[in-house]
Amino acid sequence: MKEMVAGLEIHVELSTKSKIFCACSTAFGAKPNTHCCPVCTGQPGALPVLNKAVVEYAVRAGLALNSRINTRTHLDRKNYFYPDLPKAYQISQYDEPLCEGGYIELDSGKKIRLKRIHIEEDAGKLVHEKGFTYIDYNRGGVPLIEIVSLPDISSSAEAREFVEKMQLIMRYIGVSDCKMQEGSLRCDVNISVKEGDGPLNIHTEIKNLNSVSFMCEAMDFEFSRQCDVLAAGGKVEKATLRFDTSTGETYPMRTKEDENDYRYFPEPDVPVIEIEPSLLEGIKDSLPELPSIKINRYINDFGIKAQNAELVCRYHKVAAFVEGAIAEGASPKNAVNFTLGTIFSTLGTEEGKELFEIKTTASQFAALIKLLDTGKINSSMASSALVKMLDTGKDFTEFIKADDMHGISEGDLIDICRKVVEENAGTVGEIKGGKTKAMGALLGAVARATKGKADMKKAEEIVKELISV
Amino acid sequence: MRALIEKAAGMLRRGEISSVELTKAYIEEIKKGRAYNAYVFETFDTALEAAREADRRIAAGDAGILCGIPFALKDNICTDGVETTCCSKILSGFRPYYSATVYEKLLSCGAVLLGKTNMDEFAMGSTSETSCHGAPLNPRDTGRVTGGSSGGSAAAVAAHLAAFALGSDTGGSVRQPAAFCGTVGFKPSYGAVSRYGLIAYASSLDQIGPLTSSVSDAAIVFDAIRGKDSRDLTSKDIFFGKTNLTGDVRGLRIGYVKEYFDGLDPEISGAIDTAIKAYVKAGAEVVKLSVPELPATLPVYYIIACAEASSNLGRYDGIRYGARCKNYTDVDDLITRTRSEGFGKEVQKRIMLGTYVLSSGYYDAYYKKACEMRSRIRTRFDSVFSSCDVLFAPVAPSCAFPLGYAAKNAMDTYKSDLYTVPVNIAGLPSVSLPCGATKDGLPIGMQIIGNRFDDERVLSVAYYMEREHVFDLEEVEGGGAL
Repeated sequence: MKEMVAGLEIHVELSTKSKIFCACSTAFGAKPNTHCCPVCTGQPGALPVLNKAVVEYAVRAGLALNSRINTRTHLDRKNYFYPDLPKAYQISQYDEPLCEGGYIELDSGKKIRLKRIHIEEDAGKLVHEKGFTYIDYNRGGVPLIEIVSLPDISSSAEAREFVEKMQLIMRYIGVSDCKMQEGSLRCDVNISVKEGDGPLNIHTEIKNLNSVSFMCEAMDFEFSRQCDVLAAGGKVEKATLRFDTSTGETYPMRTKEDENDYRYFPEPDVPVIEIEPSLLEGIKDSLPELPSIKINRYINDFGIKAQNAELVCRYHKVAAFVEGAIAEGASPKNAVNFTLGTIFSTLGTEEGKELFEIKTTASQFAALIKLLDTGKINSSMASSALVKMLDTGKDFTEFIKADDMHGISEGDLIDICRKVVEENAGTVGEIKGGKTKAMGALLGAVARATKGKADMKKAEEIVKELISV
Repeated sequence: MRALIEKAAGMLRRGEISSVELTKAYIEEIKKGRAYNAYVFETFDTALEAAREADRRIAAGDAGILCGIPFALKDNICTDGVETTCCSKILSGFRPYYSATVYEKLLSCGAVLLGKTNMDEFAMGSTSETSCHGAPLNPRDTGRVTGGSSGGSAAAVAAHLAAFALGSDTGGSVRQPAAFCGTVGFKPSYGAVSRYGLIAYASSLDQIGPLTSSVSDAAIVFDAIRGKDSRDLTSKDIFFGKTNLTGDVRGLRIGYVKEYFDGLDPEISGAIDTAIKAYVKAGAEVVKLSVPELPATLPVYYIIACAEASSNLGRYDGIRYGARCKNYTDVDDLITRTRSEGFGKEVQKRIMLGTYVLSSGYYDAYYKKACEMRSRIRTRFDSVFSSCDVLFAPVAPSCAFPLGYAAKNAMDTYKSDLYTVPVNIAGLPSVSLPCGATKDGLPIGMQIIGNRFDDERVLSVAYYMEREHVFDLEEVEGGGAL
């Protein structure tokens, strides 16, 4: 029995406004080399000035991932030559990371433990064009945290869940937008095979995976490749690999990554970092409710189905909107259903849901939902009014007239249903004979008789009881 | 020693001379003194422009003491638009588009930059002979070196080719050339002066300091360049009242650390003893002390300085600025060739040494041990300064070497740094000032070393020498633009 043993190293770009050691902007997509200064291009004589927000963001991330925070820590230089690294060293952390330990809990209850989280600067970017290599240093000095897990992951599905949960947490706590397509989240995977109770085999490292699906593909390919090597009586060799997305296979990298001696030593230009207890407490207090806890609260306190709870809580702003409406008195169930239904259908893409830029406020939404909750309008009226509200930003009063609002009392509805059943004995007969589709005709008659104000779900229950099917 | 800056400032204020006239006089001196090879870049046009502006400020009554005073900067201090090359081929043609904080401060005072001075390549050396422009010559004896690495700055001040100059001191590079050329050189406490724009040699040791004709001039310049800088996290504001240079030495406890004097050339120890006797006569007392770690400071210095240098100098790869090799096959080749062609032998030697001591497998035996030793040395100096106020010590074991001596006697030259490096290892302030002359008339320097951030006391104690004319090199030599 062969088992996958994998650990992840995840680089997350922090969404601070300015870079880690200078005031240059971190915005993505600017013209090459326009977000640059003497510091982030490593000009002679320039010195780094640590952006305090970077430390705070990283502490936030550490606390959200259950890590211990080292309140006294320092930065180190990692020395190597590469054209995208203007100082020929990356300022990072070596033996005293800002955060140690921590974990992410998967749905199965399994905890993927973290080894450490440290802060460092990103490098620039090489652009190969028409036989030339250009360097864009805009990304150089953008703050990163590197999150290193222990080798607790035993499948690509677990890896996927781990990364997705982590992305969600980072977005919730506002430290990163984790956009893999913009490179603000990148993964390296360490992977090896364990056979039964045998010892762990040599691991390989797959570098620079920039999408969750590629990460999973790469892991699955590499796992079966290693299994094949072992099955053929061979030995897995320690290697740094890259994943070719076009072939779906891993290949050894041509660089001599493994032979690098980074000659780490403490960064003399930046004094020891000390985190005051008051700052730490302040950050703790400012942490929002984390997604896993929020989902449980939706299920247990609000009585929302697990699947729907997850759908809402996947987007921090959506959850905030729903909770705003609930706080104003809307019923959780209707608030969730109309958010996931009517509102989501106007947002479309994942990004649209993430941004959640809608014209209707939580309290406007709550006012509408409360009409539905009290039976003053039915769901189709609520839905069509909501579409118009989202379109215009106006209150429901613009779209629902006072006399539309009187719904139908349950007693009246029973009377109407009884009358419809009596007048349509033939149809009733067909239904009883097994032609369930004919129910539509009966309900249509009820709807007409109530001028569309009835709760049709309720009406169906009543009709079924009357004709006892 | 003469208070040159104060005198010039007085003349400017009273209208006896204009800054333009003063600047022109210095330019003439520089032209006449080009044989000294003190300057590697001259900025005469912009100097005259700055002098005219200074004259306007003086006329408007908007001038401090340095307004209109011509000065020189070591070639490792960044000057916006003016070549800054560390006297290395690898930075040839490099013109930064930003300025060092010290330069900005001097500009805002209205001081007038005459040019950039010669130095050992990347400040690595004790004679300035590793400069890619050739060695500067010692104005006291042109057959001898200026010392280094701030040799050009020392020569410029000694030969009156600038009213003052800035240098940088990583292991003695301000104090030792000052001693060799017979000027005052002040190395402030680590952190007292911003390093922003100083091209790094060894970041945890580097410190900018003035070379001047007198202690009072050093205090004026130090006061103008010191202070916390938001661009240098290691910089600090320290207490300094330059008006407190009383030279009052009554009750002063002079520490005499025997390890500094063990086996020292009697001509040098004799000169220092004479100075100490003058202080004792004025009411100071001598406290005999021991710093057993002193001999160890030398290897500690070379390990830490080279380790940091190997990292600091990694950025010179020919990709973004400076020189690039002509023919290369790929990017690795480009970097290797550029560095092999661009760096001189001494720099390459120190990069290799630094790379070695940081390598895995050797880190613990060298770099880590050196850092541990460094904290022991710091602790030792802390305790030394609990029983005395200042230390009197030699600057170097000899006077200025003959030209070419260092290349043939590399180990002896390294060893001669023993007297200056402890101050850098411990981050202390120290002033080097002339205290005598050899029978051949070569200046002998001594150091007055103080506790960390006790810069004012160091200068104040040194000022006594000046006020009381305990020793005055000008009486031996004479001369100058003023």
